[in-house]
Amino acid sequence: MSIPVVETIALSCRYGDLTAVDNLTISVERGEVFGLLGPNGAGKTTAIKMLTTLLRPTSGEASVAGFSITRQAPDVRRVTGYVPQMISADGTLTGYENLMVFAKLYDVPRAERKQRVQEGLAFMGLEDAGNKLVRTYSGGMIRRLEIVQSVLHRPRVLFLDEPTVGLDPLARKAIWEHISELRAERGTTVFLTTHMMEEADRLCTRVAIMHHGKLAALGTPAELKASIGNEGATLDDVFVHYAGDRLESESGVSYRETRQTRRTTKRLG
Amino acid sequence: MRPAKLGEQPSVSAEKPKQRKNPFTAAQRFLYKTAVIAGLDARKLRHDPTELVMRAVQPVLWLLVFGQVIAHTRIIPSGDLPYIDFLAPGILAQSVLFIAIFSGMSLIWERDLGIVHKFLASPTPRTALALGKALSGGVRALPQCILVYILAVILGVKIDWNPLALVGVLTAILLGAAAFSAFSLIIALLVKTRERFMGIGQVLTMPFFFASSAIYPISIMPDWLKVIAHGNPLTYEVDTLRALMLSGGTSSFGLALDFGVLVAATIVMVLIAGRLYPRAVT
Repeated sequence: MSIPVVETIALSCRYGDLTAVDNLTISVERGEVFGLLGPNGAGKTTAIKMLTTLLRPTSGEASVAGFSITRQAPDVRRVTGYVPQMISADGTLTGYENLMVFAKLYDVPRAERKQRVQEGLAFMGLEDAGNKLVRTYSGGMIRRLEIVQSVLHRPRVLFLDEPTVGLDPLARKAIWEHISELRAERGTTVFLTTHMMEEADRLCTRVAIMHHGKLAALGTPAELKASIGNEGATLDDVFVHYAGDRLESESGVSYRETRQTRRTTKRLG
Repeated sequence: MRPAKLGEQPSVSAEKPKQRKNPFTAAQRFLYKTAVIAGLDARKLRHDPTELVMRAVQPVLWLLVFGQVIAHTRIIPSGDLPYIDFLAPGILAQSVLFIAIFSGMSLIWERDLGIVHKFLASPTPRTALALGKALSGGVRALPQCILVYILAVILGVKIDWNPLALVGVLTAILLGAAAFSAFSLIIALLVKTRERFMGIGQVLTMPFFFASSAIYPISIMPDWLKVIAHGNPLTYEVDTLRALMLSGGTSSFGLALDFGVLVAATIVMVLIAGRLYPRAVT
């Protein structure tokens, strides 16, 4: 068995009384597209923020590409890419400038920077938009740019937090194709969160369903569908089965979080 | 599975980092990334210079209106200097302060989107993020410097054109802007919302301004205010500018102390802002 690229052991994060992530233990193999599923407030974003070293776990440990997220955070940052749920490209800069800044911050060698930025723009079909300000981009273009931004340094793991939230079906499909290509061409391991079952079904090799911060189910989409013993089940059924009553499970979502999701959705859409 | 405790060697294997960086390249990389962050703002200004034009209004009013009136009535003693000469360096320092104290706003903006998250997830030292942002406050202050010099020439202020003095003025402005920008970052990182940030910014600017020697000498202040003025970095920035900008200008504290205070204030503020920077994601 190969060494896991992402491994968490009893990873937990508490904010006051709320346990956002509760004893999460998962491991992701090289080259997987791993999906973390769950209703809003299930702890998906908190989990991804811990794995990208933005938040310190309250207890437990995790390693990414062999580096500890608590003791070797700078190394984790070097070998991972991250696209936050909210907009992370700067609208007041051009697409090209946005990419150049991150090529520099991720220590892409000077001699290769220009070429990698051009290749990235071409890969995502943004060649013609490179010199335009990002605030003139459509939602789908912004997301594509953000993904290029986070793979310029050829990360071993790419973390995507709700990569297609707020996108129309066409733009969403384009993002899915690009993520699949990234994995096929470079063998990049992709770790994403989503609450869209179709997304998980199309993209992910394995999914983990989170509910109230806890791991509720883990397996390939096919295994999970089979596990609920319902002939012809869809991932939606699986989701409802494991995440239970949606309304009740949304209790952990803060006003601010909702506002940000809505705003992101509005700006992207 | 047995939960791993923090600080305990987890069963998750962790290879040793490949290259141990030597301190020289680490410092080089730190400065390089600081420059990248500071350069970002310069680019944004080039795309949209409206901000620069708006900022120009205030110093024009202070020098042309306030300065002319007070100079005419001679109610503020300004020693051997004509009042306009006394005022020009003060207004330069003030306009730099006003730009710097609100520069933390950009961080709140970046936090409301996801930009700051992306910076923090990149291998950029937190202190480099803070210093870069602080210096970008300095970048935005430089055009003000040119403006105030032009106004000063028009008003007949006797300027010291010695290149060394000019370099000294630029350095003092860069340091002053960096110190107050980093202070502004600290506030932004603590209060997190733009409403509270604007409120606190408004409340703080005037005390910094009035408790300094920007528009009147410390000698005419009541004793309690003198004490505050001596603890205010703006006082030392004004003192530097008065010594270096004006032909025949003198420093009351000595340039060594002036620059010492400005450098120390910048370092302390940047270090605190760097420590607080990770708070931007929560």
